[in-house]
Amino acid sequence: MSTATSTAPAWVRQRQQPGALARLFDSKPFLIVVCLLPAVGLLMTFLTYPLGLGIWLAFTDQTIGRPGIYIGLENFEFLFEDPIFWGAVFYSVFYTAIATVGKFGLGLWLALLLNQHLPMKSILRAIILLPWIVPTVLSAIAFWWIYDPQFSILSWLAMKIGIRETPFDFINSAWPARWSLIWANIWRGIPFVAISLLAGLQTISPSLYEAALLDGASPWQRFRYITFPMLLPILAIVMTFSIIFTFTDFQLVYAITRGGPVNSTHLLATLAFQRGIPGGQLGEGAAIAVSMIPFLVFATLFSYFALARRKWQQGEAND
Amino acid sequence: MTDKEENDKMAHLITRRTALALGGSALVAGTAGAQQIQTQPAQAPNLPIEQGASLRMLRPVRFVQPDEDVWRANCARFTERTGVQVRVDFVGWEDITQQTAVTANSGAGPDVIVGFDAAPHIYADKVHDLTDIANYLGQKYGGWRPLARSYGTRQGRWIGLPFGSTGGPLIWRTSALREAGFERPPEDLPGFLRMCQALKRINKPVGFALGNAVGDGNAFANWLLWSHGAYLVDEEGRVAINRPETINALNYLKELYPTFVNGTLAWNDVSNNRAYTAQEVFVTQNGVSLYFSLKNDPATAAIAEDTQMTLMPKGLADSTPNAGLTMNAMVFKHSRFPNASKALLVFLMETEQYDPWLQANIGYWSQPLNAYAASATWTQDPKISVFRDTMNSTFWNGYKGPITEGSAAATADYVTVQMCASVASGQATPQQAAAEAERRARRYFRAR
Repeated sequence: MSTATSTAPAWVRQRQQPGALARLFDSKPFLIVVCLLPAVGLLMTFLTYPLGLGIWLAFTDQTIGRPGIYIGLENFEFLFEDPIFWGAVFYSVFYTAIATVGKFGLGLWLALLLNQHLPMKSILRAIILLPWIVPTVLSAIAFWWIYDPQFSILSWLAMKIGIRETPFDFINSAWPARWSLIWANIWRGIPFVAISLLAGLQTISPSLYEAALLDGASPWQRFRYITFPMLLPILAIVMTFSIIFTFTDFQLVYAITRGGPVNSTHLLATLAFQRGIPGGQLGEGAAIAVSMIPFLVFATLFSYFALARRKWQQGEAND
Repeated sequence: MTDKEENDKMAHLITRRTALALGGSALVAGTAGAQQIQTQPAQAPNLPIEQGASLRMLRPVRFVQPDEDVWRANCARFTERTGVQVRVDFVGWEDITQQTAVTANSGAGPDVIVGFDAAPHIYADKVHDLTDIANYLGQKYGGWRPLARSYGTRQGRWIGLPFGSTGGPLIWRTSALREAGFERPPEDLPGFLRMCQALKRINKPVGFALGNAVGDGNAFANWLLWSHGAYLVDEEGRVAINRPETINALNYLKELYPTFVNGTLAWNDVSNNRAYTAQEVFVTQNGVSLYFSLKNDPATAAIAEDTQMTLMPKGLADSTPNAGLTMNAMVFKHSRFPNASKALLVFLMETEQYDPWLQANIGYWSQPLNAYAASATWTQDPKISVFRDTMNSTFWNGYKGPITEGSAAATADYVTVQMCASVASGQATPQQAAAEAERRARRYFRAR
């Protein structure tokens, strides 16, 4: 018996050997590759390749119409001695700094106002967004008319009222033009900041304010010790974005002044375009664009490390 | 859209209807008008059209609708005669440079591109020699005009076939000049300065673009330099801007600039059109579009009536220091049908096609061949006749060097415009400005 039982093959349900295809799809490495491929492909095609090409072009003397050869750092050497390039560096930094301060000052103020219980709150909030919704080129053209040396509505008003004899000089000389553009950028950037910060404000629990009120905190103290610290994380993100958008701004400047008068309002982005496309010097234009990268990296790091100091923002537990 | 285009679009929203009527009559009158064009006997080059040929052509967009209509009709007639299909694409002015570059570098795309100014010179090794058809046309139609030769030939060979040019004369108000004591603008520089000062005194100022205006800014800067005997590069293509003539020109500008209306440093290509239309300035430099936009709008017709156009003052130059923007056709070597391409270009330049086209353009384009000066285009409105001799200019963009991509790039990057603007605004002395322009120009004209 025992031999019989031992010899009789125990019936085991034969496990179906999976087909080659099924085995393939069960393999983890394969799945990882297949699932990542579209994303990696897209990123490589539309992000890495253009960026890499741009960086490569910066080291060539390519022009529109003629392929270039590798020339090492020659483009950068030329730019290093080019006062117009340094003017653009100066104005890009100045423009970004002043416009960011302006946008955040006014944007935060607006957000605080909108956070109050106002009649027709939703409509007001929608209206606030308008400057941001309008395509930049349209608002740039509007500002171009406002700043026009001959046909500015502001000049016209001032002359009608009789407080001025001649039109305002908005964009006809260097410093007025710089300030005019900064103001246009602030006007356009406020809604983004205000709405983002408003979202942040609404996440702050009212109980904190109630507790503070019971302790007799003044409005300033409530802002300083509750609102501001609670808002800091979102402030850091919004500021990073805002600095990047402002530093790489193109449309406002190009539509209103084209970098004039006499190159006093060129940003790095407009200068890169001016030299690269109309001027045809693709290599030099690319070099100017590449030289923006260190500034942007620095600005990003600054916002992250200077403003996002709380540990949980950097992936650690809060104390 | 470039400012120039925008400006012209603005003008043409108004002019289109009138222009259409004109164009229609031009189409009908084509054969009748053709009789005025004197031709000399000439042997047409033998161009056996390739089997199964079909052509693609790229052209800058029209100024006025009839331009496109007549051009297409002419190409259709070519198809009728030869059986060669022709597809014409009209491209925005700013895009055509880039599309030409891509076509030339990739060796694929249109067989024929009608580009601007320097294009055939930049791609000289990529385009066919057109000497045979150019010689034939020149012989038949009384010779090529100087500007056509400048842009069409390279080292004695024809590489481009200019189709027409549009210039920028002085446009001025008769009444304002009369009030200031002038019958017409003086031809000499001191006299011109006196006229501008007199106009400023009666508060009817002049205005010339000193901002980043590709067309108007460069036209004014070129006039200022050339009328003083200055130039950006010499015959060998060496940068020659930092010379006494340039300093003289800039010193002259220092005296001239205070007579300008405020804001010219911020002007772009449309600004002077608007300021002139709004009667803020009474003398400026512009293409023909300004006059037509004034004439065709009932609200400004009186200004058009009071307006005159004359060539820019010669100053120290022998001919008018103005280089018109020139349409310049080229046949690419990658084309499989070079003979058909050349036959098409010749066909379009023959009286039966060219004269109606010229008339359809009502003066926007001016002919490169002498015989077409007799075209009815120039008798329709006496004020337009100033444009008839646009291509008689002995100047060109990048005068007086060989035409290279450097001259085109220096123009597009406003090297001389900004030199002038920095002196006018007091940011730089003439010496500093000339040295800075030299530094920038050296980069564009460096040997590669």
